[in-house]
Amino acid sequence: MNRLAVLIARETALAWGRGGGPLVALGFYAGVATLLPLGIGPEPERLAAIALGAAWVALALASLLSLERLFERDYEDGALDLLVLSRTPLELTCLVKCAGQWLATGAPLALAAPVAAIALGAPPALAPLVLASALLGGIAFAFMGGIGAALSLGARRGGVLTAVIVLPLFVPPVIFGGGALDSFAAGLPWTGGFLLLAAYAAAAVALGPLAMAAACRNALS
Amino acid sequence: MNWAPAFLSNPDRFMAFSRWAAPMFGVIALVLAVVGLWMGFTAPDDYQQGATVRIMFIHVPAAIICEFIYACLAIASFLALVFRHVLADCAAQAAASLGAGFTFLALVTGSLWGRPMWGAWWVWDARLTSVLVLFLLYVAYLALRASLDDEAKASRAAAILALVGVVNLPIIHFSVEWWNSLHQGSSMFTKGALAPVYLWPLLIMNLAYLSAFGSLWLVRIRGEVWRRRAEAAALRAMGA
Repeated sequence: MNRLAVLIARETALAWGRGGGPLVALGFYAGVATLLPLGIGPEPERLAAIALGAAWVALALASLLSLERLFERDYEDGALDLLVLSRTPLELTCLVKCAGQWLATGAPLALAAPVAAIALGAPPALAPLVLASALLGGIAFAFMGGIGAALSLGARRGGVLTAVIVLPLFVPPVIFGGGALDSFAAGLPWTGGFLLLAAYAAAAVALGPLAMAAACRNALS
Repeated sequence: MNWAPAFLSNPDRFMAFSRWAAPMFGVIALVLAVVGLWMGFTAPDDYQQGATVRIMFIHVPAAIICEFIYACLAIASFLALVFRHVLADCAAQAAASLGAGFTFLALVTGSLWGRPMWGAWWVWDARLTSVLVLFLLYVAYLALRASLDDEAKASRAAAILALVGVVNLPIIHFSVEWWNSLHQGSSMFTKGALAPVYLWPLLIMNLAYLSAFGSLWLVRIRGEVWRRRAEAAALRAMGA
């Protein structure tokens, strides 16, 4: 248990400190949310129509940003070899890594998501649901993204490759979260989409680490 | 079908088998395509779609086979990952680019059909969108494979991605269906019984695509085996 606590502390500290931590993701998120009205036009009704979807898609994009360094830093300095050799199962290590990634980028982004949605013109009553689905969606993005990051270890231009691998896998959470928000805004039953998003996040947490560990072992073999 | 991978897992036996099987499938595909297209083009115009209905004979088999190829890719990847079998890896690599090609063909012909029928090159229909995501998965597979220099590592990383994709594909299909029924009532495809004049050429074209894929797949696996043998020979020559 002690080993696990140390690992959690290490991964969270690294995720917070890694290249500016949550600030970079938040800055990127703010940038995308600013560019959207500039590209679409300032009319409030047009912006309000896309506010929720735009805030949601920008979240998926922002969570791609720091994925590249999730495993790469440990791969380059040899820490990943030690993590593989340690008595903690590599699957558990990968799970802790992704949880740290979520704490450092997913959770701060989730706090920023309602702000962005309201700034784009979504009704403030939606803020709790935006926050909740962004928290859940962030888990799915972090664990699915971890698979892409682990697979592209040692690749040329790993960052772009991670995005290419991960974006098709982001389709279900983007759809479920966006659907739940849209239904809620339209006054329709929204729990279906929300629960599907939660199910996808849970499946990503359960199965993602297996793929990540296999990919890490492959990269080090 | 259990005997087939076991029998063909021996590379020499595979090469001996594919030597005559590849051209045989190719000839079958050619004959079937000629017959199917001839039947398709001589069929009467559809009362609604006019001559455009003939795109179906090119498009529908491509859309069906690109899913089938992903299943082949996943099975080959599984065999390559678990049993470290070189031929299975060659098969996965050969299937991926073919699958991307057939998916692209399905998207392009669908788009060409959509312009006169729906008045738009592209609509965000559930089926179109999931085929597009399938294409993106193929592209991701090929990109991952291409950007890792170590061939053994590249093949295993790509196999892991193919298996992650096969778990995700049903979820993606479901989510896209769900998204589409949420956003708009789907009335694009009204299902009616297909008249025999269209059904027969369609079935024949399906078989033609299947044998064409079989032939091309075998040819590409053969090419990959020869490439690896040549590389091994070159390494031996350098060492000697």
